[in-house]
Amino acid sequence: MSEKVWIAGGGVISGIGMDLQENLAAFKAMQPGMTAMEYLHSVHRNTFPVAEVKADNEQLADMARMPENTSRTALLSLIAAREAWKSTGLGDISQYRVGLVSANTVGGMDKTEDFFNTFLSNPQGGRLHQVIQHECGTVTELVADAMGIRHHISTISTACSSAANALMYGTRLIRNNIVDIVIAGGTDSLTRFTLNGFNTLMILDQQPCRPFDETRTGLNLGEGAGYVVLVSDALLAHIHPWARLSGFANANDAYHQTASSPDGTGNYLAMKGALDMAGLQPHHIDYINLHGTGTQNNDVSEGIAINRLFAPHFPAMSSTKSFTGHTLGASGGIEAVYASLALRDGIIYPNARFEHQMKELPFAPVTAFSTGNDLHHVMSNSFGFGGNCSSLVFSKE
Amino acid sequence: MNIYINGSGCISPQETAQIGPLFATLREYDQVRLSTVDPDYKQWIDLKQIRRMSRVVKMGVGAANLSMEEAGITMPDAIITGTAYGCLDDTGVFLNKLVSQQEEMLTPTAFIQSTHNTVGGQIALLMGCNAYNNTFVHRGFSFEHGLLDAMMILKEGSAKHVLAGGLDEITNYSHQILSRLGMYKKVAVKTMELLNSPETGTIAGEGAAFFTLSTEKGAHAAAELVGLSTIYKPLWEGEVIGEIVKFLEAHDCELGDIDLLVTGRNGHIDHDEMYEEVAAALFPEHPEACFKHLCGEYPTAMAFGTWMANRMIAEQDVPAAAMFYGQPPTKLKNVLIYNHHQGTHHSMILLRAC
Repeated sequence: MSEKVWIAGGGVISGIGMDLQENLAAFKAMQPGMTAMEYLHSVHRNTFPVAEVKADNEQLADMARMPENTSRTALLSLIAAREAWKSTGLGDISQYRVGLVSANTVGGMDKTEDFFNTFLSNPQGGRLHQVIQHECGTVTELVADAMGIRHHISTISTACSSAANALMYGTRLIRNNIVDIVIAGGTDSLTRFTLNGFNTLMILDQQPCRPFDETRTGLNLGEGAGYVVLVSDALLAHIHPWARLSGFANANDAYHQTASSPDGTGNYLAMKGALDMAGLQPHHIDYINLHGTGTQNNDVSEGIAINRLFAPHFPAMSSTKSFTGHTLGASGGIEAVYASLALRDGIIYPNARFEHQMKELPFAPVTAFSTGNDLHHVMSNSFGFGGNCSSLVFSKE
Repeated sequence: MNIYINGSGCISPQETAQIGPLFATLREYDQVRLSTVDPDYKQWIDLKQIRRMSRVVKMGVGAANLSMEEAGITMPDAIITGTAYGCLDDTGVFLNKLVSQQEEMLTPTAFIQSTHNTVGGQIALLMGCNAYNNTFVHRGFSFEHGLLDAMMILKEGSAKHVLAGGLDEITNYSHQILSRLGMYKKVAVKTMELLNSPETGTIAGEGAAFFTLSTEKGAHAAAELVGLSTIYKPLWEGEVIGEIVKFLEAHDCELGDIDLLVTGRNGHIDHDEMYEEVAAALFPEHPEACFKHLCGEYPTAMAFGTWMANRMIAEQDVPAAAMFYGQPPTKLKNVLIYNHHQGTHHSMILLRAC
């Protein structure tokens, strides 16, 4: 049950790049992805900046080699999952027992919204092909079928922590000898449903978001997909591992359906549990990729929990959501790729637009990109709605 | 390591929330859309909260509580939920307003309650449970993968009691859309005639079933959850038959050891063909019981089937309403449940009396 599980590669598509190299270049150049809405059609177009993937569905469908009427959620997923697989150098996927565990929160909602325009006024109206991709699981199956994966296909949806839980479940599948390899992560496209939902909660910033800054006023939504390839220890000789998933934990805040508890109970339990599984002490962690949404509530709860667990030795920390926006079901996957790459290449990512120290906290996020750091253990946090809190710990060896 | 079902709870179109013999009061229907028979939710949920909760959340909270009450625990070490459709009602409410009000003047309640993890989150919130909490949303595997996650967590040894279940609700929107997709019968069929109906289409169902699982046998445990396996889009019947044989072998079970086969026949002639093939190839003389004429078809109906099989083992009896073929067995030791959803998602669960 404690067999080592390695990260053999990863792929990302996000508001700051169509692949992992482009994402990295954006961090180096300090170029966040938030802009005025270009691809999502919403009445809030000029109110809320978003971090869109900079391509329309026709371009994404070309890249994914899928029909253009495919849900954007699936197109993003397939592009990133293929990149992740390719990066491993494992070759023909049919030669292995492979699983796909992909998280998302919106499924094919981008198409369902269009369907409902007609369907609401006429129950016999609306084209059915627009609604048959509605289920979260359908998005995963479109990707699995396109990649020829059928040993184990699953979908997890726990709001903002979804993809982190996909990595946990994927690791268990390998340790229980159900499969040898799992492509694990998440995807989400921007939809009017989520944009308006977050707007009703009054947690969207009308400016580019400022995670862990005293003046922060909310989050920016983003979209994208990110996957790591989890590989069993038995296949270690066939890969060049980026990192090892050494610890993880999932806890529930049990405080409120959407808000975090003031003392960050769930956050603390998740981080503590992940450290315990990895057999590490807090001072062993060299970098934390924060959940860091930029809302008043998240950043103070997460910060207080970090303070409680890590004081007085704080690792370097940053929220990459200051570049990608909050990609919801994808975020844990995208950030797992960033964390694995951080260990491989000694990278610490910058936190954009940080200027003012939060009065509740004794630490501040890192604001500059750096590489060549001697990193041994990296933590990635994903917290969210439903009280769902998950932390992952990646280790170099 | 054995995993015991220490408690179970079910809210369904049958009177399953009642204590008493299985299907003692059978609810017979003559319609294509079945709804849950709701227990008095006030026993678990504050009145003010009940009014704001959608049906799927209430049935989830109810089934979870019934399951823990039977197991005699108040706090699980993990809560795992499986739902294919999630919170359809709140999703529909928010979507309707979003479209009809052109994205203006929206309120947060429906959005907050529309996320797929609302049920798992609410169960945790109501009992103040900080433990592991996960939600699987993979179509006809949602319940199965939640159960698999529970089994793997129990094997890791850190959790003692895991609450796992599956649930889905029908809404007017979902029923209209699924009807247009040709899922259901054009004409109503009586409950006890569904499985011999010579037509395409089935009947729509909904419900919630939760299980309290543990590696320690509880006072009310009747069966252990021996194994679970899923097959995604099998190429032909032979693959399913081969997988069932392999599955039983992996759990040291021979075909002759199976006392009862429980299948997910749903009265749709195209779907039922697979059950015919499996029964003919492997279990030609075995008694067979069915469940979807009682609960309807939905992606997590396997949770109802598993709940029913567990109750049959506890009572050592197969009620006539559930029998499909052969004579009711005199003893129920090994029960194999085989189900598929839409021909694409196949699963099998082996229960053994303990």
